[in-house]
Amino acid sequence: MDGGGAAELREAHRLTGHSDRVWSLAWNPFTGSGAGPVLASCGGDKAVRIWKRSPDGAWHCSDVLEDTHNRTVRSCAWSPDGKLLATASFDSTTAIWEYSGGDFECVATLEGHENEVKSVSWSSSGSLLATCSRDKTVWIWEMQPGNEYECVAVLQGHTQDVKMVQWHPFLDVLVSVSYDNSIKVWADDGDDEWHCVQTLTEADNCGHSSTVWALSFNKKGDRMVTCSDDRTLKIWDTSADLSQPKTGDDHESWRHLSTLTGYHGRTIFSAHLSSEDIIASGAGDDTICLFTEVEGPSYRLILKKEKAHDMDINCVRWCPQDPRMLASASDDGTVKLWELRGNALD
Amino acid sequence: MSMDFYRFIEKDIKDPEHPYSLEELNVVTEDSIEINDELSHVRVTFTPTVEHCSMATVIGLCLRVKLIRSLPPRYKVDIRVAPGSHATETAVNKQLNDKERVAAALENPNLLDIVEECLSPTFA
Repeated sequence: MDGGGAAELREAHRLTGHSDRVWSLAWNPFTGSGAGPVLASCGGDKAVRIWKRSPDGAWHCSDVLEDTHNRTVRSCAWSPDGKLLATASFDSTTAIWEYSGGDFECVATLEGHENEVKSVSWSSSGSLLATCSRDKTVWIWEMQPGNEYECVAVLQGHTQDVKMVQWHPFLDVLVSVSYDNSIKVWADDGDDEWHCVQTLTEADNCGHSSTVWALSFNKKGDRMVTCSDDRTLKIWDTSADLSQPKTGDDHESWRHLSTLTGYHGRTIFSAHLSSEDIIASGAGDDTICLFTEVEGPSYRLILKKEKAHDMDINCVRWCPQDPRMLASASDDGTVKLWELRGNALD
Repeated sequence: MSMDFYRFIEKDIKDPEHPYSLEELNVVTEDSIEINDELSHVRVTFTPTVEHCSMATVIGLCLRVKLIRSLPPRYKVDIRVAPGSHATETAVNKQLNDKERVAAALENPNLLDIVEECLSPTFA
């Protein structure tokens, strides 16, 4: 590790260009040999921006994807092979962009949701896509040859607006979080029939008491962190394999491990687990917090970065190629890149 | 500071259903605005004109838009209906303070027209 001493989150770059709030970020998971990290951002200006590092170390916007969505672009996600970018919009569609030869082309538009699409996520296999909406449903799409996408399931169960969907890092298990304060886990029964296999609520599972905004899995798939309007982060033990059909009465479930309270004074909009299992959280109090797991399991605050932005932080994402680099997006229209320094894991 | 702020902001917002301002209808009063400049926080409590007023969310939206346009960006704004003043108070408050729902609502041209109409005397 570089030097020593107390952990510090140093602002390394400030990316400007969006003309409205930035809602979401996505690092390309696979940029090929020699190429540096690539970041996508999207927001209220209805555009998606692609950011790359120049040879001199500065970051620049290499592409602006616009004129496709006619409302806010709320969320974006790269396919596991890094060749496709999905963008989810308040215009109720999800666009698929192909990234080849350094150029972006919109190759498909997924329609079907009745109103705003809030989130999109690719499964680890790359063949399934999930979207969710204010229409209370979660849709699963399967990629077919020739840039065709077929809807294979419409999952009903949430009683309100669904804020985010995220696939498990390697199982075909999908998680959704909602304005109805619950977390739902979905799996198929082997026959392409998708069901809700677990619901985590305040009443039964020490779940959240208000809108759940986001979720994130760790690399190993045995930890999930969720964050909420209730101003807490919750960590869950997700080691039980819910992709397998249940046999007998005594089956395992995902269970609550810990609740982190008192670190944020307003709605926590985003949480993300790094490949080193460091939790980053971003909230409406303009603050970024970092936590690490210690024996128990329990969680220790590594640092609290106040006034990380001038306005609400909507998204925090660790860079897959550099586990000490964190990107944050804000209502202030900027994206910031941070470097975590010091003995963070002591 | 609370008094000046109130005079500047709230007096001219029209109630969407009546030809009077929110101040004239006592929907918003001086006491219902709490400001903490140090913490950059504002909380507005309003009383919808009728208990089942379906326009409560519209009034709340108007208040939020007016505040966003008038306050420095560092301000955090909370809007709520006065406790006991509305049949579905918790549901209305939740919606009014979900900024993603507010953002999507303001992209709806019909709703935006209504909000602009209610705010128009202030920017005349």
